Amino acid sequence: MSKLSQKHLLGIKDITREDIELIFETADNFKDVINRPIKKVPSLRDITIANIFFENSTRTRLSFELAERRLSADVINFAASNSSVKKGETLLDTVNNILAMKVDMVVMRHASPGAPHFLAKHISANIINAGDGTHEHPTQALLDAFSIREKIGGVSGKKIAIIGDILHSRVALSNIFALQKLGAKIMVCGPPTLLPKFIGQLGVKVELDVTRALEWCDVANVLRIQLERQQIKYFPSLREYSLYYGITKKMLDNLKKPIIVMHPGPINRGVELSSDAADSQHSIILDQVENGVAIRMAVLYLLAGATS
Amino acid sequence: MQKKLILDSDLLDITVSRLCQQLIENHNDFSDTVIMGMQPRGIHLAELIHQKLESGIKKEIPLGYLDATFHRDDFRRREIPAKGNETRIPFVIEGKKVVLVDDVLFTGRSIRAALDAMISFGRPAKVELLVLIDRKYNRDLPIAADYVGKVVNTLPAHRVLVELQAQGHKQNKIWLTYKD
Repeated sequence: MSKLSQKHLLGIKDITREDIELIFETADNFKDVINRPIKKVPSLRDITIANIFFENSTRTRLSFELAERRLSADVINFAASNSSVKKGETLLDTVNNILAMKVDMVVMRHASPGAPHFLAKHISANIINAGDGTHEHPTQALLDAFSIREKIGGVSGKKIAIIGDILHSRVALSNIFALQKLGAKIMVCGPPTLLPKFIGQLGVKVELDVTRALEWCDVANVLRIQLERQQIKYFPSLREYSLYYGITKKMLDNLKKPIIVMHPGPINRGVELSSDAADSQHSIILDQVENGVAIRMAVLYLLAGATS
Repeated sequence: MQKKLILDSDLLDITVSRLCQQLIENHNDFSDTVIMGMQPRGIHLAELIHQKLESGIKKEIPLGYLDATFHRDDFRRREIPAKGNETRIPFVIEGKKVVLVDDVLFTGRSIRAALDAMISFGRPAKVELLVLIDRKYNRDLPIAADYVGKVVNTLPAHRVLVELQAQGHKQNKIWLTYKD
């Protein structure tokens, strides 16, 4: 069956391993398409997609928009910062007004966890979660796993360490779900204040020492410190964080084994990752960005195609 | 379910040989010609023809695979989205004569999608269509094949079943099947 089990992509938690594999196989085809002289296919030409972003984004929004345009969909963009949301309109009203203009799919980013799940209960259009607060960011996890599969030939049995601000990261949670479904072993690493209290119950290893985490893993997925979500101080200073948890090229070279470094962006150079590490041969950060378009094309194609 | 044999192994061999002869007649030494098999089922026939041609004229001929899934016109009109296949075109098609190869020509819609997909790679000088089975009276679009293995009169309810050794079957056999 080449069909997803879900009508929406709200989170990795809701989809199956078969779904993920179908998305990867379809993304392989689309990666081929976006490397052609003419990077566009007409599959979604009668579909209109609204990108609704209640939170800032560069990569994800551009990546979704490119994916939509390369599938020939019509695209409307909506940023909450210059809209009627400022005048007090509710989320459901805003989205219903957009849908009244005959929009078929909604790509939404929202600061509140569960916002896309709430929408899915009230509207009929397909919804893709482009990040909901500290909850999930499914397409990021898919493109991360896809990039690992591409780089080292598979995810199953591989050891992956997620390092940094786990507490505030939707990427961490979606990554854990996706990589576990594909059979990888996961470790989270960060200062104790930035690790959720019961994270071990998800079946992941917990490590406080970044060097030991790097020694253990095949792939290090490094996350940004999300200062915008931190209302209190979780560590004394960025400088101190960088001293204990920042990853440098020297640390990677000293491991004497192949290691892959990933980062979902935006990077705070010199904080979680030094500049020379981010630009080193270990890093596949720009491959992740390229794969992001292919993965999002696959998700859009599979969700749009199943509604008939 | 009724099953009628249209082509057996020996006949298929003769037919493919004839198609190759016709291709050689029109393309001489194949200096500007490429063979393009259509995914998913045309590629085995394309490989068969490619192999025969190369051993016939003792020269390498470029062979590619074209997938037209994302250019189809029935997206959102079928139950499940069609699954893509690999497109592999390891040559430049700009200015080339392309022989598009598929197993069965039915409504012509796949060929329309294939022409659309092919243009994404450049502007061929000429495109010709070779099919093993031409299902007469079933075309939805004004598309005709330049080289035909066998013309079969069929109803829309009929199905043409192509079994090739390259697909893992015991013998090369082409069937016409229909429900009673």
